[in-house]
Amino acid sequence: MVFITQVSLWIIPLFIMFVLLVGTWKRVPSYELFVEGGKEGVKMAFSLLPFLVGMIVAISIFRASGALEAIIGLISPVLLFLGVPPEIVPLALIKPISGSAALGVTTELIATHGPDSFIGRLASTMQGSTDTTLYILTVYFGAVGIRKMGYALKVGLLADLVAIIAAIVIVTLVFA
Amino acid sequence: MVNIIWAFMAIVGIVYAMFNETMDEVNKAVFESANEAVTLSIGLISVLVFWLGIMKIAEEAGILRGLAKLFRPIVVRLFPEIPKDHPAIGYILSNITANMFGLGNAATPMGIKAMEEMKKISGTDEASRSMITFLAINTSSLTLIPTTVIAIRMQYESASPTEIVGTTILATIIGTMSAILIDRFFYYRSTWRK
Repeated sequence: MVFITQVSLWIIPLFIMFVLLVGTWKRVPSYELFVEGGKEGVKMAFSLLPFLVGMIVAISIFRASGALEAIIGLISPVLLFLGVPPEIVPLALIKPISGSAALGVTTELIATHGPDSFIGRLASTMQGSTDTTLYILTVYFGAVGIRKMGYALKVGLLADLVAIIAAIVIVTLVFA
Repeated sequence: MVNIIWAFMAIVGIVYAMFNETMDEVNKAVFESANEAVTLSIGLISVLVFWLGIMKIAEEAGILRGLAKLFRPIVVRLFPEIPKDHPAIGYILSNITANMFGLGNAATPMGIKAMEEMKKISGTDEASRSMITFLAINTSSLTLIPTTVIAIRMQYESASPTEIVGTTILATIIGTMSAILIDRFFYYRSTWRK
């Protein structure tokens, strides 16, 4: 498990070095391309802003009123028996539906429980390890006019479930 | 669906606050959290700019293309319905590699192109076997480096923002492999029924 935390530490700097080495070797204008790509990053951050405001405010209302705590209290015996932290349930439910909404939930969990808490690490891992099934289904099938989806939705949602379970098991093993 | 969940959380929260006498907290939550969300989005700019800048270099330097070459034999095997040299394979490969580097904006048009090509092969408005396999791979997320999550962890002063990269990669690999297996299972079940 030490290996996995080491990989986490090394992978980004090594990747940056690799990209810059290949870029220089291939004689592409690295710095100019960097600036060009970076402009998209500004756009992306601003386009995320309304999603985050909307979702974080709604969850904050839900939490501040005490309603979230009440629901978690209701279902936590079952979840704790299964080894699932109840706080993660809202994220697991919203993740297959909307990516930016899930990002809002993840952010709220990290803000409330701290990024280095078990919940914070689990939410971070879950956010990165599954994608939004319903969004992809709608966009890809919608764009080419597929009406009969067959077993596509079943496959997507089941795969999400497996990924969520995998995230819980892995985070428990690595960080506990 | 997300509309309902979103409205549900706010409505239930406000109604619950009426009975729980937490209206004061709810008021505070509305304005404080909106403020927090804006601060956060602005804080995300740094990491997103840096990462998308690096990715642009990777793209132009042909690293994505090189990777596509590496994955070609695997992808050809995953989509037995598609002829080896069909353009669909090329689009599927660009979609997968763009996803791996977190280039969602570049991945989506490639994915739609791949779908169009696959529809040309099947010729119906029914989802074909390869389309569902493609969706299964896409929905399980292929991201290697979760940039946005790292940025958020930095904003909340994590002692080690990148410590979740390893667990994310591991969970993604397991997720993608199970997506492929689940897809195969349902496919063989559907042929067996006929």
